[in-house]
Amino acid sequence: MEGAWVALALTLKVASCATALNLLFGVGVGYAMARWRFPGRDLLDALLTLPMVMPPTVLGYYLLVLIGSRGPIGAWLLQHFGIRLIFTWQAAVIAATVVAFPLVFKAARAAFETVEPQLEEAARTLGIGEAAVFFRVSLPLAWRGILSGLLLSFARALGEFGATLMVAGSIPGKTQTLSIAVYEAVQAGQDDMANFLVAVTSLTCIAVLLAAGKLVPGRVAPRL
Amino acid sequence: MLHQLIRHLPRFMGAAGAVGALVLSAPACAADLTVSAAASLTNAFRDLAPAFEAAHPGTKVQLNFAASGALLQQIAKGAPVDVFASADQETMDQAQTQKLVEAGQRRNFVSNTLVVIVPTGAAAAATPKAIGDLTQPAYPRIAIGLPASVPVGRYTQSVLQAAGLWAMMEPKMIGAQNVRQALDYVARAEVEAGFVYATDAALMPDKVKVALTVPTTTPVLYPVAPIVGSPNAALAQQFADYLVSAPAQAVFARHGFGKP
Repeated sequence: MEGAWVALALTLKVASCATALNLLFGVGVGYAMARWRFPGRDLLDALLTLPMVMPPTVLGYYLLVLIGSRGPIGAWLLQHFGIRLIFTWQAAVIAATVVAFPLVFKAARAAFETVEPQLEEAARTLGIGEAAVFFRVSLPLAWRGILSGLLLSFARALGEFGATLMVAGSIPGKTQTLSIAVYEAVQAGQDDMANFLVAVTSLTCIAVLLAAGKLVPGRVAPRL
Repeated sequence: MLHQLIRHLPRFMGAAGAVGALVLSAPACAADLTVSAAASLTNAFRDLAPAFEAAHPGTKVQLNFAASGALLQQIAKGAPVDVFASADQETMDQAQTQKLVEAGQRRNFVSNTLVVIVPTGAAAAATPKAIGDLTQPAYPRIAIGLPASVPVGRYTQSVLQAAGLWAMMEPKMIGAQNVRQALDYVARAEVEAGFVYATDAALMPDKVKVALTVPTTTPVLYPVAPIVGSPNAALAQQFADYLVSAPAQAVFARHGFGKP
């Protein structure tokens, strides 16, 4: 049963890293899409939302082909830096980040679109720079929506299975997250282990939802 | 808006009921024979199924492939399987202990060989001459079927344990969910070596090459048995019998399997 705690720690690490990455990318891209109009914006929006609707196995295959040691990105990393991503926990982070990205991106875009442009204009007339407008006006006003997207993406990353299994494999203590450990225990007929893992996973998810309710009070919480 | 919805409610419910009836309608017709077979049998069984269907008109063979251990868990949990073919005796023994198959009805139908494969294009120095070579730093990752559920992993583990190499190899092990996944890991050059069956290695001659043939502590013998309580018991027995018939054995031989 000790393995379950190792798997839990790894799962939290992977989900936290993925959520941190999505805070950067999701909010950045969401802001860009909300503020700038350019040809092909709808197509780009659809492409960026694709990971939410595509089967995780399809994403896993794309990732495997791209970052595998014989893939374009994987071969480049291997040649120049000696980095191999497949079967590492970093590969699990990449899979979870890609799968959960649309949840942050969509929430951030919608949140930024509800921010009154006049407020940003007013800030500019008062003479503060663009970066300050973003960090002191737009971001605080959009924060609530972004936070709810981040929590959803954390929850999604916690449960990620298909793409993760394909690019990170199932190495106990290294890449074996809770969902993969459950799958493996069931395959091997270790029902005691499976029961324990399922209980740990369920409790973790309940804790995350309760924390989400505390972090995002009011109208946003019930959406989870 | 609401009263409109209520007015149309009967129609909605009728449509929902029709969809429900469609979903719940008998998922299998009477002469569907569900065969759960070890992943290494995939190609051979796909060739054999049409021949069996032709010889038994009206029969449809449904093939379900996975690691033998995973198949056993499905059957033990009540999956409607008629025939079980595993890649080792141990899994079938477990099925027998759980009274899922009868001792008198199981028989061995093919044999196989354990091999070590490496990706093609691997430098000559990276081609192991003996299994002991795999402990060298040139092989940081080795694909091995998960011993808890994958027979090829169990054969590999017992060979490595007998050679006193398991403790050194286990940290390098990349566990595969079935033998074909181990093959895929080597074919994509994500691991430096892998343990699979000779029949699997032969499927990708352009991507993997056999470095070593590994003598196993117990022979790699595949047993088949009809599942106790199958509603298609007679047909299930006929399928098991068919596997040892001369035409089926010829197909297995073509796929590289040995005689039982």
